Amino acid sequence: MTDTPNDPAFDPDTYARAVAGLLGLPIDPAWMPMIAANLRVLHAAADLVGAFPLPDEAEAAPVFAA
Amino acid sequence: MSEQDGNRDWSLAPAASIAAAVADGSVRARTVVAAALDRIGRIDPAVNAFTAVLADRALAGADRLDTARDRGTPLGPLAGVPFAAKNLFDIAGLPTRAGSRINRERAPAERDATLIARMEAAGAILVGALNMGEYAYDFTGENIHDGNTRNPHDPGRMSGGSSGGSGGAVAAGLVPLALASDTNGSIRVPSAFCGCFGLKPTYGRLSRAGSFPFVGSLDHLGPMGRSAGDLALAYDAMQGPDPADPAAARRDPEPVRPSLDAGVADLRIAVAGGFFARGGEADAFAAVAAVAGALSCTRTVEIPEAARARASAYLITAAEGAALHLDRLRARAGDFDPAVRDRLIAGAMLPAPLVERAQRFRRWYRAAVLDLFREVDIILAPCTPCRAPRSGQTTFVLDGVELPVRANVGLFTQPISFIGLPVVAAPVWLDGGLPLGVQIIAAPWREDLAFRVARYLERAGIVRAPVANLA
Repeated sequence: MTDTPNDPAFDPDTYARAVAGLLGLPIDPAWMPMIAANLRVLHAAADLVGAFPLPDEAEAAPVFAA
Repeated sequence: MSEQDGNRDWSLAPAASIAAAVADGSVRARTVVAAALDRIGRIDPAVNAFTAVLADRALAGADRLDTARDRGTPLGPLAGVPFAAKNLFDIAGLPTRAGSRINRERAPAERDATLIARMEAAGAILVGALNMGEYAYDFTGENIHDGNTRNPHDPGRMSGGSSGGSGGAVAAGLVPLALASDTNGSIRVPSAFCGCFGLKPTYGRLSRAGSFPFVGSLDHLGPMGRSAGDLALAYDAMQGPDPADPAAARRDPEPVRPSLDAGVADLRIAVAGGFFARGGEADAFAAVAAVAGALSCTRTVEIPEAARARASAYLITAAEGAALHLDRLRARAGDFDPAVRDRLIAGAMLPAPLVERAQRFRRWYRAAVLDLFREVDIILAPCTPCRAPRSGQTTFVLDGVELPVRANVGLFTQPISFIGLPVVAAPVWLDGGLPLGVQIIAAPWREDLAFRVARYLERAGIVRAPVANLA
């Protein structure tokens, strides 16, 4: 994974500011660059996972069992 | 306080030797524990592995053991063996800090974690609590509250995390055994960087009751030590079901010691190719090649979709970890390590469908990898993409791409713990430099096979865990 956003339309700063209210998270503006950088990494990871076709029957396990 | 008993320095003795000597009366448990406490007092300031030393408790435990022996009471397989536990394990009388500032305000634990109790039931003696990355969200061994655990083999280098204190304590010869946790690689990474053996057992094998969680569906606990035999002693002592851990399997203990020396002739062993053969420094793959050569292993297998598995583990960790800490992030964000805080805040913002997708992928991946174990018994892979980075280093270059260290040291460990496979991490010393680690990966519940391979390699001189020269 790199920290390169796959979707240039995704603006992590705007997104983070909007969602912080929903979550009740007070965010110091000085934290925003690192939060945004982490969101870009998560975005890239989600894109990678989301690109894999899964059958509808593939269910998540509430508790994973090896 | 003397470290000597019969002219032996007991502070550096293997666990198996200590237990045998205490059992046959050639050394008192108090002598062994006093030697360990003395060495911790002298050496730990240079390593910073311990966050609490429990001298009174340990010496009292040693005296009880010596009294029991004097009375003819049979002693357990770890009689008199000093050990320490990562400070996310509950220790009666201490707040379970889990590497954080915030948790120091918790009430002291009323009882020990299940695994500590089981170690002590086998005769081992807890001597202290060990440093770790804050809330276990770390691969570096760095902690802004308690200070970094320094790599005993090179104090300018990272110990690895999040069980950095466990790796540091074992490699520095402060204890022969330590307990640790591994969510995405936190046993295997410090094992590699510090040159120790480590076991991340099958998910559900060892009870997590009485430990501070991180990511419930990925959290494992396990031992670290300086030999495969010592690791097996600890592992066998800790097995068994525990209703106090909702994820603990209802399996009776399956001891690995009886088959430890069974060799590898009947095992189908392969090296993981593809994802596990790129994206690291050449030395990481040379370590795997050295191990494969000693096992006469020429086969390569591809673990399917490992990059997506790693990405899924990354997403689930971010989201579940954030959910665990959401109230603390709301109320006390300023008291977190900023590096941890910012990752957790970003994780809290992940939309649910993206996390659910990762969980659904997990089911597909598990089935695909279990199919692979129809063809092979053991898969070999690097523990880390490089040797221990410098302390404070924030980025490294892998395959020409500059990446953050903290998030990427677990590149090769995450796809394995993602589906709970058991792994023995074994230390390889290619040259005069720092060690590297090789993951010896088995199918679920087949820790015995991974142990057999580790023991074989140890006997062949390919893997070893020497005490660092800190004198």
